[in-house]
Amino acid sequence: MSHEPPPANRNPGPEAGHRSGVTGRGPRIGVFVCHCGKNIAATVNVEQVVEAISHYPGVVYAARHEYMCSDPGQDLIKKAIGEHRLTGVVVAACSPSMHETTFRRAAEEAGLNPYLLEIANIREGCSWVHEGPETTDKAIRIARAMVEKVKGNHPLSPIEVGHAAKCLVIGGGISGIQAALDIADAGFEVLLVERTPSIGGRMAQLSETFPTLDCSQCILTPKMVEASRHPRIRLLTYSEVAEVTGYLGNYHVVIRKKPTYVDPDKCNLCGDCATACPIRVPSEFDRGLSERAAIYVPFPQAVPSSYTLDEASCLGLNPLRCSECAKVCTAGAIDYDMPEERIEEDVGAIVVATGYDLYEKERMAEYGYGTVPDVIDGLEFERILSAGGPTKGEVRRPSDGKVPKEVVFIQCSGSRDPELHKSYCSKICCMYTAKHALLYRHNVHDGKAYVFYIDIRAGGKDYEEFVVRAMEDERILYLRGKVAKVFRDGDKVVVWGVDTLTGKRVEVAADLVVLAQAMVPSAGTGELARKLRIACGGEGFLKEAHPKLRPLEALTAGIFLAGAAHGPKDIPEAVAQGSGAAAKAIAILSAPVLTHSPEVAEVNEDLCSGCAICVPQCPYGAITPGDVAHVNELLCEGCGTCVAACPSGAMTMRNHTDLQVERMIRAALAEAVEVAGG
Amino acid sequence: MAEAQFEPRIVAFLCRWCAGAGADLAGTSRLRYPPNAVAIRVNCSGRVEPQWVMEAFRSGADGVFIGGCHPGDCHYVSGNYKARRRVHLLKRMLSELGIEPERVRLEWVSATEGAKFARLMHEFVEELRALGPRTDPGEAAPSAALPAPSRRKG
Repeated sequence: MSHEPPPANRNPGPEAGHRSGVTGRGPRIGVFVCHCGKNIAATVNVEQVVEAISHYPGVVYAARHEYMCSDPGQDLIKKAIGEHRLTGVVVAACSPSMHETTFRRAAEEAGLNPYLLEIANIREGCSWVHEGPETTDKAIRIARAMVEKVKGNHPLSPIEVGHAAKCLVIGGGISGIQAALDIADAGFEVLLVERTPSIGGRMAQLSETFPTLDCSQCILTPKMVEASRHPRIRLLTYSEVAEVTGYLGNYHVVIRKKPTYVDPDKCNLCGDCATACPIRVPSEFDRGLSERAAIYVPFPQAVPSSYTLDEASCLGLNPLRCSECAKVCTAGAIDYDMPEERIEEDVGAIVVATGYDLYEKERMAEYGYGTVPDVIDGLEFERILSAGGPTKGEVRRPSDGKVPKEVVFIQCSGSRDPELHKSYCSKICCMYTAKHALLYRHNVHDGKAYVFYIDIRAGGKDYEEFVVRAMEDERILYLRGKVAKVFRDGDKVVVWGVDTLTGKRVEVAADLVVLAQAMVPSAGTGELARKLRIACGGEGFLKEAHPKLRPLEALTAGIFLAGAAHGPKDIPEAVAQGSGAAAKAIAILSAPVLTHSPEVAEVNEDLCSGCAICVPQCPYGAITPGDVAHVNELLCEGCGTCVAACPSGAMTMRNHTDLQVERMIRAALAEAVEVAGG
Repeated sequence: MAEAQFEPRIVAFLCRWCAGAGADLAGTSRLRYPPNAVAIRVNCSGRVEPQWVMEAFRSGADGVFIGGCHPGDCHYVSGNYKARRRVHLLKRMLSELGIEPERVRLEWVSATEGAKFARLMHEFVEELRALGPRTDPGEAAPSAALPAPSRRKG
């Protein structure tokens, strides 16, 4: 790791002896039992709990109150901490999820370290679920166990760490652009890294967007320009993240910027170089439906607006080999000696928005393995529909440029097919297929459009209405069923399917077939995830920290997810997630100091044999192996899985040691609970 | 009652995110279940050491309950899987020591499964009643046959 964790560790090490409190003598524990009105007192004899616990070893004071969480109740605790010089407090009351923070704050106000206060849950875990005299017996056991825990607790302080006020955004699609703009607008520096020569991502390739049918580029390009001109956004296109080290607030990133061999400040986009270039290769942006030169601009509105010389296609970056582009460049922008740049930065947070690819149609055996020329995927059709596309927005099929009169759209191509392809729903295909069919009908008025579908999933604002419009107003024939086979017959593409609503076989001799291919994570997502030490799910999409409650965060603190890299998403969702991830990142960047729970794992270096069994146990990569294991306490989330795995007892958990738990077990099970009376 | 019914002693290790929250929900839902188990809250079921289970038996427990998040839902990604593996091995060891493996029960309880938690408490108590008090083969004192913990962590 390029830099070591700097925080001053104010917490005692695992070797620290059993703290006996500020006085240095034996423990002086106070136990405060709450009646909670009748909630506890109805089934638990609170007086008996107080009586029994007051004789328990280490307990020097026990009291009860109607409502311990009330101000008078808290005052009772605060007063006792001072008067009885308490070294630890147990509040026997409701679940710690309710008032642990309340009582710990009260303890702190009275001068007791908050980590020396624990809650014994005698309401949710006892008074509310039991009845009879055993209820009081159990409450006493619960309180005793917690007294044992507090006896072993050390005073702790939240771990504090400084951080860089800069953010890395990986991926320059709409989600990444949105995240970058939001973070920069909040006043923080942003590095926006994009692998291709231009930002814009998939959205730049789209024709019009559902359900409003506004032009994709018209709404995207202003955002692209804004990002490129923002004083706090540094745009790094044609660049890739090479290395990431560090941790929350202090990531050190290395970015490799490939040479474009064109000086963007000098290039005036005249295009003479591309005309002069003798090379022609398929255009990635047009998905192979048009050609580009080795020196090219991916699309006219590209940002940054400069040509890029693609080294792999060029004859050789050498005046002796070709140099036709340099000869015609009157601006003198072409520089064959441009070196690769290596950019190193410290960032506080990282947003990953690396987007999606389409599942290759070459994998679809049933639809001709991508060998039938007029079987295309959704993005190819987007390019055909685009005014700036290879056919200038006229619907013409790739094989012979003919206007197709019958078009079959196949939904769920590769999606929802666990046997052969992807099991998940790609979510956006129902909508974009309706859009495709509708735009086709607008383009070719006498054309016939068929849509094969499994079911229509149009859960979004105004989405259902849009599909209904396609079905009813635009007279697009929706056929419920799967297509069994697609094959070429003369200049037709024959589609065999079944309409499961009528039970009849359907055969269409189509001119063009459009496959709504499944969405998959963009190439390299897994490799990047490994560099970032974040997880991918089974299908390769980036995994969130919690499926419901932490959908924007990766498991590694300080790394956030946005857009389709996290799972199939449409534009509004990708934008919303970009903004959400930005808000999460801003919370880190704007914090005066970052704090982290001190209740984490730590290594007793005298006992550690360096066996490294703990290392793979940690889902956060917080443990570095060596002569002795080292826990990065900023990465540790405190699960304790490594502690349980350590064969030499060297790994411990602060304030949750084995010794504490074993004493709790004994206290919970011990006899000698005298419940006098009844 | 003519003869007092056997009341097994149980220690329940509950993870704070799922099983612990499920137990809390059983409370807020006022679902009654027998009071035999005393809960010890842990961050994750993956924190539960087999040694703790042995300590519970040494200290007179008749059963040990471990509650974690459902597979795939672990707050710490995979701690529950680690717990499952450890409990699996532990049960084999228990058989060799002459302790019925059914005395250790690992269950997945989500934060919404208060009713399931209450039901499991009923079930486990019934099962342990059927098994009877834990006895160690050939020993009068329940703790003598069990190995003392081999290590200590402060």
